[in-house]
Amino acid sequence: MTTALSIQGLEKVYGNGFKALKGIDLTVKQGDFFALLGPNGAGKSTTLGIVSSLVQKTAGRVSIMGHDLVTDTFAAKQCLGVVPQEFNFNQFEKVYDIVITQAGYYGLAEKQVASHAQSLLTALDLWDKRNEPARSLSGGMKRRLMIARALIHQPQILILDEPTAGVDIELRRSMWEFMKKLNENGTTIILTTHYLEEAEQLCKNIAIINNGEIVTNTSVKALLSQLQTETFVLDVDGDIKQLPKTMLAELSAYHLQQVDSDHLEISVSKGQGLNAVFSALSLANIQVRSMRTKANRLEELFVNLVQDDNQPSVTSNSRQSSLLKKGA
Amino acid sequence: MQQPIHRSLFSIQWVAFKTIVVKEVRRFMRIWQQTLIPPAITMTLYFIIFGNLIGSRIGDMGGFDYMSFIVPGLIMMSVITNAYGNVASSFFGNKFQRSVEELMVSPVFPSVILAGYVMGGVARGVMVGLIVTLLSLYFTDLKVHNLPIVIIVTCLSAILFSLGGFINAVFASKFDDITIIPAFIITPLTYLGGVFYSISLLPEFWQDVSKLNPILYIVNSFRYGILGESDVNVSVAIAMLVMFIAILSSFSVWLLKRGTGMRS
Repeated sequence: MTTALSIQGLEKVYGNGFKALKGIDLTVKQGDFFALLGPNGAGKSTTLGIVSSLVQKTAGRVSIMGHDLVTDTFAAKQCLGVVPQEFNFNQFEKVYDIVITQAGYYGLAEKQVASHAQSLLTALDLWDKRNEPARSLSGGMKRRLMIARALIHQPQILILDEPTAGVDIELRRSMWEFMKKLNENGTTIILTTHYLEEAEQLCKNIAIINNGEIVTNTSVKALLSQLQTETFVLDVDGDIKQLPKTMLAELSAYHLQQVDSDHLEISVSKGQGLNAVFSALSLANIQVRSMRTKANRLEELFVNLVQDDNQPSVTSNSRQSSLLKKGA
Repeated sequence: MQQPIHRSLFSIQWVAFKTIVVKEVRRFMRIWQQTLIPPAITMTLYFIIFGNLIGSRIGDMGGFDYMSFIVPGLIMMSVITNAYGNVASSFFGNKFQRSVEELMVSPVFPSVILAGYVMGGVARGVMVGLIVTLLSLYFTDLKVHNLPIVIIVTCLSAILFSLGGFINAVFASKFDDITIIPAFIITPLTYLGGVFYSISLLPEFWQDVSKLNPILYIVNSFRYGILGESDVNVSVAIAMLVMFIAILSSFSVWLLKRGTGMRS
């Protein structure tokens, strides 16, 4: 499988001396659905800005579908479609004109892309709005317009910088389906998001960036398999103080905590079952009404990795983090 | 698997150029109440007040009645201010709304981006020039002395001031920045550039000072094309226009390549 995006030793120092990227290396394979995650200010948007030619790099090399972004700019840019974080179209232009104008920038005249524009706008539920000025669209529609615009020239790589920010749940899920289909049809997708559930649902591979450095770069599966503990929240009918002391001693392997009168938190280590907990609760006549994980699994890992990277002296997760780094 | 659509480099850049021009023309036509009507009203007032009311008391200027004398200058004033204003406001607006990023991400060459915006400025400058010319026919008989000179000077002047507007927009960081140069430099130079008088009326010292004003050469070359009279050598004026266009074009392309005011 060929490389869609290759980043080597990428550095960015802004005019005020802030070092946003400290020589990162990253490779995204063709056909991948790749997530670049990190806290605010970590360097995600700077990285994607350099790849999109919107930010000047200080050092390093970027190649897109094998075309160097500096020496073979024209070919490299043709392979790329970009959906930025902020709305960046002319708000006074009509929806259809925005998409057709973008096609023109890639050398595609209206007659060549009219049917593709119609199918894209229809797929993204914007066809009825084609003659409306962009400023009249809702936030979600504007996001979808940016996706349609980025796809009009059928790029091989699509960069999505927080595409579902501020979008309601129903619409977000329909956008996920759209992106999944796009990826299945061969488009390499590189995504940044703060919704880690989104990354877990959609992406095959993940890189986490923090303080301008790649903290981990691996598959979602490999990353999740390294999760050491998982915390569940049980909606219960009863008080755990009702449990006999002998049973509490049997459950000492678990970290049990009653959050309030109805909720119980249980931390379960990798390989541990929950049967003993349910048996004990059943014997004490405590009913379990429902159960959910406390946090998204990827979110737990993300917080651990980022916190550990920011505070090396915190030891509770350092071993796990170093294992993850080795895994990367 | 999607494959890129292969087209020749020239055809891609040509379609991109046409796209930018169409976008620019569509923009100023969409807001015609702001772009085409105000210069028509302003120039009509100039014709009535300076040409008819005051001009009739002034008498001849440069061998022509005052109305005939000021018409070429006022047409050219419309062309250059509108060409400048179109590119300055459009490109700065695109920077402000960040829609310039569409172009920065795309494979359009910087020279093509520049050419597209400049052509948009020329289109508006020429369109306003034509409107003002048509209005002037109500006030005076306009006979063209040398049509090629009229066309060449109009186009070159519109290109030069479009480039000026582009550079202004590149460096502008707020809307005020694109009004400062027209208000404090272009308008005074235009008024002192022989639109309303022949520099032969001035003392010798001020004649020499006036010859440092580039707009004097533009206005007088255009007046030569219409009336056949000029205070300056038309060939020198055209050569200067070409030279300044070459300098400003090169500088503008360099700014675009660097991403000045557009890339962080």
